[in-house]
Amino acid sequence: MRREYVYLAVLAVMLFVTMDGTYVVEEGRQAIITQFGDPKGDPVTDPGLHFKLPFVQKANFFDKRFLQWDGDADQMPTKDKRFISVDTYARWRITDPLLFFQRLRDERGAQSRLDGILGGETRNAIARHDLVEVVRSSNREEVTTSKDSESEEETSNLQQITKGRKDIIRSILETAAPRVQDFGIELIDLQFKRINYVEEVQKDVFARMIAERKRIAARYRSEGEGEAARIRGEQERELQRIQSEAYRSSQMIRGEADGKATGIYAKSYNQDAAFYAFTKSMETFESGVDSSTTLVLTTKGDLLKYLVRP
Amino acid sequence: MSDQIFEFPNFKPPKMSMKLVLIGVAVLAGLAIVTGSFFQVQPEEEGLVLRLGRLVRTTSPGLNLKIPFVERVIKVPVQRQLKQEFGFSTVESPGRSRRGSQFLGESLMLTGDLNVAVVEWIVQYRIVDPYRYLFMVRHLEEASSSRPFYSSLLHDMNEAVMREVVGDRTVTEVLTVGRQEIESIVEQKLQALSTQYEMGITIDQVVLQNVTPPGPVKPSWDEVNQAEQQRDQLMNEARAAYNKVIPRAQGEALQAVLQAEGYSLNRVNSAEGDAARFNLLYDAYRKAPEVTRRRMYLETMQKVLPRLGGKLFLDEHADGVMPLLPLGELRKMLTTEPEGGAAQ
Repeated sequence: MRREYVYLAVLAVMLFVTMDGTYVVEEGRQAIITQFGDPKGDPVTDPGLHFKLPFVQKANFFDKRFLQWDGDADQMPTKDKRFISVDTYARWRITDPLLFFQRLRDERGAQSRLDGILGGETRNAIARHDLVEVVRSSNREEVTTSKDSESEEETSNLQQITKGRKDIIRSILETAAPRVQDFGIELIDLQFKRINYVEEVQKDVFARMIAERKRIAARYRSEGEGEAARIRGEQERELQRIQSEAYRSSQMIRGEADGKATGIYAKSYNQDAAFYAFTKSMETFESGVDSSTTLVLTTKGDLLKYLVRP
Repeated sequence: MSDQIFEFPNFKPPKMSMKLVLIGVAVLAGLAIVTGSFFQVQPEEEGLVLRLGRLVRTTSPGLNLKIPFVERVIKVPVQRQLKQEFGFSTVESPGRSRRGSQFLGESLMLTGDLNVAVVEWIVQYRIVDPYRYLFMVRHLEEASSSRPFYSSLLHDMNEAVMREVVGDRTVTEVLTVGRQEIESIVEQKLQALSTQYEMGITIDQVVLQNVTPPGPVKPSWDEVNQAEQQRDQLMNEARAAYNKVIPRAQGEALQAVLQAEGYSLNRVNSAEGDAARFNLLYDAYRKAPEVTRRRMYLETMQKVLPRLGGKLFLDEHADGVMPLLPLGELRKMLTTEPEGGAAQ
């Protein structure tokens, strides 16, 4: 019985030693071996099973992957004195775990350092630029399909920039990267995640947007009325033109016909004007009398002269 | 968990049956070994086998073997299309989207003319390189039960890229004509960024959802639309009135001209007719003018006399009658008793 206890104890000790003498580096991680808190040897970056001195040495694990730093949304003024809140994110990684371990101990420390450095650099960069430089990234022209006058008015709303978002980000990165190198950190990228007006400014912006819309609406209405009036005017003019042209044409046609007829009559009747007068008066006389007419004839006339002197 | 080895520091064997306990332990261990040796990979997944933390092989879908306790499997749905939503959420209640102020942070953004727009969108993506996805990049708040393989990094990238693209456009463009262009540019930029980040994902699609002006501004945008329609309506009404009047006037004008032409034809033809008649008559008359004139006069008289209401014949010697003749009474007399006076 006693022997069995001894065996068991020895087994337990051996197990414990093997366990504490090995460590596993997972994929995407790396380790630093410390002996009583003092770093020993190169960082272990190879994933798999590794050995160390039990009890004396300790494995400290760090991430080897690209890490994400997510900044808080900070309120800051731009050069043109607009208060905005800027939310950034950055990508970084631990390139020198030993240095990282010595300077910062762990990721929590790193995150707070990054908060300080990136937050500060962002603030500086924003303060040195107008808002539009931070918002825009190129001098792209506005594209619009509406053919009316709205476009010309609003092209001016896209202000030209000299640097733009990308350059500002690059300048932040360029100043921040050397400062974090001392911590065994490589800063790979930084982006503005969100840029928004702070609450009070936003209210003003909304008011401005509303005013602008109202202006456009008013223009549309007045355009509609103006256009309708123009069409009505056009209608009136067109009507007058059509009617007067028709009158002119018809009068010309009639006049021409009258002239022609007169020419024809003159040519014909001119052969013997007296005879024409005679026939015409005969015709008129014939058609011009009816039962209400009283004719007074004397015997001097051709018709009755034979009554007196047969 | 894989390198856990059993240890019994203060193990006191119960007196009764050491053998039974050993058998029990052996059975349990056997079971653990058997169940730990097999794993199943779903059709849309790929299995990554890690032996003591190191990636040793990837497996295809189906039933697979591994060394128990030493090897560990991570299954990644490489075929599944994953989705992230911005500005709204359908995760908690699928099919019904939830919107609210808690999502406004994601969707509220500045446009290039320093106005504000609310842009909602979704991104669809797939994990194409599980090794990179898992071991090259760390994603915060990874895999929760409601959102497996949710990448916070991709979320942040989306927000940044969308704002970059919207930041170069006017609010009018964003809200009206620019939608498709924004989608495709964001998609390209996201793909480029995720390649640069070596994330092992590919962007399938970026789809804009509701793109609206911010709440307080919305009514004024509607007002513009309304005004635009009013404008069109006024113009259409005016055009309608125009169309009602002008074609009719054109027809009437044509009518007047045609009437004039008719008059013209009539006038000229009549003249020609009259002239022709006169010419013919005159030709005949010239041969015997005196007798013809006399004949025409007498014939006319012959035709006219019967139709006359009253006839008064005067002798050439009764000169004094003329000034006294009571024509009015005479007419009355003549019309009431037609035979009376005429029979003189």
